Amino acid sequence: MSVRVQTADFDAGAEIAKLRGGDARVGAVASFIGTVRDVNGDASVARLTLEHYPGMTEKSLEAIVADAKQRFDVYEVLVIHRVGDLGPTDQIVLVVVTSAHRGDAFDACRFVMDYLKTRAPFWKKERTADGERWVEARASDDEAAARW
Amino acid sequence: MRDQIPVTVRVVYLARLREAFASAGESLRLAADRPSTVAELVDQLRLRGGAFAAELAPGRAIRVAINHAMSTSSDVLHDGDEVAIFPPVTGG
Repeated sequence: MSVRVQTADFDAGAEIAKLRGGDARVGAVASFIGTVRDVNGDASVARLTLEHYPGMTEKSLEAIVADAKQRFDVYEVLVIHRVGDLGPTDQIVLVVVTSAHRGDAFDACRFVMDYLKTRAPFWKKERTADGERWVEARASDDEAAARW
Repeated sequence: MRDQIPVTVRVVYLARLREAFASAGESLRLAADRPSTVAELVDQLRLRGGAFAAELAPGRAIRVAINHAMSTSSDVLHDGDEVAIFPPVTGG
């Protein structure tokens, strides 16, 4: 499966090794890991809850992966996104792309993340000293996705 | 009187909207004499006032998906559709 939504943590090294799978055509592997920060704006974040829309989440991630494979010269794309209760330093998301060359690997990896940030139905809720709050979407995320 | 085909959709509220409406979703009956759009469904909900009027006020950013695909305000709804209404996404 090129897309996984799970509460469990992931092992990026193992996932990369599996995705490469001894494929000698691969000359470039690009990966991105998003992690939980302990601060957002002026508030320190104690915990983070990630909610999603089961059914649509997987479908939208699969559509983004299919789109990336159309646009870029890549072999494999993997997306793992965690949901549920997370704390600072925890891993949230992993994107891995294999390609013959670095340009397409880098571009496809960035494209998947930029699209995921604006199209995949996940929502973050932060717990701070002042209570809970839903994270607001950023205009810069829309701008990043619009570049492609 | 002309025949009317009932159009009922399943509305799903997610994230902040689920909390604001104190509801994960509901079954909603739409006008049957003509096709209803996403915009009309949102208008219908807004008329309830309270949290619905506040969260769905014009200018507030919301997203709507029909049957798990992102939609636009002019998309037409069909009987049995699952219509999800949610704030802009913040994953990754």
